Amino acid sequence: MNKRQLWQRLFAHIDRQLLLGITMLLLTSLLVLYSADNASWDRPLGQMRNIVVALACMWFVAKLPLHYLMRTAVPIYVFGMILLICVALFGEISHGARRWLNLGVMTIQPSELMKIGVPMMMAWYFERHEATLTLKNYFIAALLLLLPIMLIARQPDLGTSLLIFASGFYVLFLAGLSWRVMGVLLIAGIASAPVMWSMLHEYQRHRIMMLFDPSQDALGNGYHTIQASIAVGSGGILGKGYLNGTQTHLDFLPERTTDFIFAVYSEEFGLIGNMILLSLYAFVIWRGFIITSQASTYFTRLMAGSITLTFATYAFVNMAMVSGILPVVGVPLPLISYGGTSMLTLLLGFGMLMSIETHKKLVKS
Amino acid sequence: MSKRIEFKNHQREIYHFQLRLFFGIGFVLVLLVILLSRFIYLQGVRHSYYQTLSESNRIAVIPVVPNRGLIVDRNGVVLARNYSGYTLEIDPKKTANYKATINNLAKLINITSKDRRLFKKQLAESHNFETLVIRSHLSDVEVARFAAQEYRFPGVEIKARLFRDYPYGEKTSHMIGYIGRINDDDVNQLEQSGQLANYRGSDYIGKTGLEQSYESDLHGTTGIEQVEVDANGRAVRVLSRTDPVPGNTLVLSIDIKLQEIVEKAFGKYRGALVAIDPSNGEVLAFVSKPGYDPNLFIDGIDPQSWDELNNSPDVPLTNRAIRGQYPSGSTIKPFMALAGLYYHIRTPEQTIKDTGVYYLPGSSRQYRDWKVGGHGMVNMFKAIQVSCDTYFYGLANDMGIDDIDNYLSRFGFGQKTGIDLEGEASGLLPSREWKMKRYNQIWYPGDTVSVGIGQGYSLFTPMQMAFATATLANDGVAYQPHLVKEVKSPISSENRAIGKGPLYDLNIDPKALDLVRRAMIAVTHPGGTAVYANLGTPYQIAAKTGTAQVIAMKQGEKYVAKDVSERNRDHAWYIAYAPADKPRIALAVLVENGGHGGDTAAPIARKAFDYYLLGKEPRHFVPADVKEPKPQAPAVAKVPKPAASAVKPLPPTTPTDLKEPKPQAPAVAKAPKQAASAVRPLPKPTAPVDAKKPKPQAPAVTKVPKPAASAVKPLPKPLAPADAQEPKSLAPTGVKEEGDHE
Repeated sequence: MNKRQLWQRLFAHIDRQLLLGITMLLLTSLLVLYSADNASWDRPLGQMRNIVVALACMWFVAKLPLHYLMRTAVPIYVFGMILLICVALFGEISHGARRWLNLGVMTIQPSELMKIGVPMMMAWYFERHEATLTLKNYFIAALLLLLPIMLIARQPDLGTSLLIFASGFYVLFLAGLSWRVMGVLLIAGIASAPVMWSMLHEYQRHRIMMLFDPSQDALGNGYHTIQASIAVGSGGILGKGYLNGTQTHLDFLPERTTDFIFAVYSEEFGLIGNMILLSLYAFVIWRGFIITSQASTYFTRLMAGSITLTFATYAFVNMAMVSGILPVVGVPLPLISYGGTSMLTLLLGFGMLMSIETHKKLVKS
Repeated sequence: MSKRIEFKNHQREIYHFQLRLFFGIGFVLVLLVILLSRFIYLQGVRHSYYQTLSESNRIAVIPVVPNRGLIVDRNGVVLARNYSGYTLEIDPKKTANYKATINNLAKLINITSKDRRLFKKQLAESHNFETLVIRSHLSDVEVARFAAQEYRFPGVEIKARLFRDYPYGEKTSHMIGYIGRINDDDVNQLEQSGQLANYRGSDYIGKTGLEQSYESDLHGTTGIEQVEVDANGRAVRVLSRTDPVPGNTLVLSIDIKLQEIVEKAFGKYRGALVAIDPSNGEVLAFVSKPGYDPNLFIDGIDPQSWDELNNSPDVPLTNRAIRGQYPSGSTIKPFMALAGLYYHIRTPEQTIKDTGVYYLPGSSRQYRDWKVGGHGMVNMFKAIQVSCDTYFYGLANDMGIDDIDNYLSRFGFGQKTGIDLEGEASGLLPSREWKMKRYNQIWYPGDTVSVGIGQGYSLFTPMQMAFATATLANDGVAYQPHLVKEVKSPISSENRAIGKGPLYDLNIDPKALDLVRRAMIAVTHPGGTAVYANLGTPYQIAAKTGTAQVIAMKQGEKYVAKDVSERNRDHAWYIAYAPADKPRIALAVLVENGGHGGDTAAPIARKAFDYYLLGKEPRHFVPADVKEPKPQAPAVAKVPKPAASAVKPLPPTTPTDLKEPKPQAPAVAKAPKQAASAVRPLPKPTAPVDAKKPKPQAPAVTKVPKPAASAVKPLPKPLAPADAQEPKSLAPTGVKEEGDHE
């Protein structure tokens, strides 16, 4: 086996275009992290480790044939539900929320697992009932979605539960949930908003209130939003230049390497940089849609669509939050923010996309 | 069939899915557009707004507090200086639980309950986000101890600050005053004068004395540093800096050694002395006894010391030299004589026969001379020499109060001298209008008679007496008295002289001046009233003694000092200048309850003259117990104990506590109201005359009730003395007053 063959073998199930887009974003992540961490290699190196691990997982998942993927849906979902219940019972409390499970060696956040587990389970369910879809099936699928979401929401982790809801909703939507039902649900949702409001935690209400007037609490909860807006706005068209962001390097920005990393990027690279970043995301998303439209089975179509739309949602929610058009919910900027778990979840998703793309002919034939 | 349907379904399903997918793509496009327009809004449209916010985030303008100006005496001896010391400070922004933090600190470094109280007060008052002092004057050992543990105390840091120190303490207290923490009143005043900006970052401001009256010179101009700060307010780097301009140095005309000699000469007596160079108005010595330790006030005095000072019957906080108002007694006589000559009421040669009693024409009321039986035949010269009351009763009555007022006011009696200190009392030169206004009574000839010998309603400050004496010594040419000789800039060689030319010339007839001078010289020679204190001087002293009555004698009663409680004894006055032919120093001495001026006041003046004119220091004189700011003796010990055996709670305001002139008892009956009003209780010693200017000290108690750390424990040594001039540490004679009776 010569070098070329090895190479081909290695990339056999890797979608080149998707990999290109992801790599560009990951390089951006390292670049921005170096600045966000005040020109220290600490975070970039840590992120590199996250990336290597996540890429390996992606590579592995991409090689898995589709029926393997589908077969894992139920176990993952059940396992995730068990973990979520464990969290509710014995989870570790940190920052006032019970999200983590201490396994002795490491602490894990089961809600991350459900970001993949829920859409998979729903797609699996729809695949099973592909030929005879009735409203009842949609209702059951919705239940599969709402059960874990309720558990996550009461941790409380509003950001994650909303995102999982989004990923599950995309499955329902792509599976053809009728517009009428969606309209009814929307109206019901708006009608129940006051009830939901009263169920929210105080800090969550605060965050939503702050969205309307962050200056109300400029040194408290509004601080993050205001400082992030200042960072983005002061970046201007061309940005302040790499490593020259004053908001970043003088500590005004909170959570610079995680949730607010976009403010760092935006301050230093300006509007031009933002457009480039949006283009990179658009490219990845576009490729995801292509893969979705070419997917061969119902399960893979739903999965690919949900993964792609969820990815877009992540990116949008984070950037909207940092630039002050959405409340501060703890959503990282996909592929850029520092963090092993979200990196792993995202690249697993991309691994599935690649698997869907590269195994479609096998299934068809 | 079924296969077909399924296939069809499959196609339809794909169609539906594609349709949904297009919706999805549209949705993503909408999201993209939202983001993009938001970015364009923030980074394009609103860029300059956010740019400004970002800059103001980043750049902090930090005031750089100037060093306060020094105060030195005429020979350059430092009287007020700065030294840097380490303080332990807490950053309120980074400290959640002060109590716990302070308790932990207390395990490491001695923190007294007074420190805690002072800290609490600062916390309540702090307007900005500055760090607050929890302990000042840390020793090297304490600094080292904290530095080793610093990591345990986030938000606690050691800082170097400048402290003010008055090495001469009590001896200069009434002249130099003290600085104190800026309070709300100060802020209001600064705001009104438009000076507030210059005090950004300043903690202290002059509260009394020269520290107050020359505040604008001493403070200097605050510099500005533009620094880049991080979100915690920590300075990252300096962007630009305007250096502060340090405060100017005040060079006083005071000779501190003269001051010390006078202080010491007072012994246990209370009183005041003001010595002036008659040729230019420079004040050479400015003493008010007792004084207090101004160092106690700088960081807020502790309640115990405050009570001791404030409740002492000796009223050490009252500046007797400018705020004590006393009847002048016989020291007014030379001026009365000049008035008599000026208005041609008397000729020098004219004599009267003094039988020891004076009667107003057509009245049987007796006005007695101090000498039973009188002085016999008396002309003007002798009247001054022997201080003949009867002569001046007649002179005053013949002249009338209007002319007396007219003439005496030329010498500044009853007016502020304009000395460069705040809070000067104006004294009282009584007049018909004044009496009508004050008591709604007409002026009686008897009133004039009393005024003629410096009693009755008249009240003057030692400062006024000294000014009048200096004017007299200078042949009627008056100079504005001033404590500060020049204001020196420490950076440029720019000097501003404070002394001006003569204020005015009274154009006194030289013959009249000569007569009064000779008579005043005779006072210090055999036959005069101040002989013993002035024996054997190689220079001539022109002087006049005086005795101001504290309590009134009934008609026919005789004053016997030993029968009267100490605080009701007469005040001794003495005005003098020397050398008589070419005066270099003129002074006025008041010794409270000192009896006769020739006995207690004149010896003090003699010591001052001997030193100033001959350079002779009194025997056993140990100059200055100038304290290093280092191991300062417990400050509390410096507070003078009420002197005389706790006599009685007699209103301590001896200054105004005067009733009626001794020789004429009737006045008591005539003016009971005056007596009553004159004896105002403490807080306003000068109430009748000068009620508007609030006491300089009283506010301090409410505003700085917290004790300073320095008040209790010995001050650690300064780590880097700010002043080059370190006064040598002399054997401290301590605070104890040493009996110095003559």
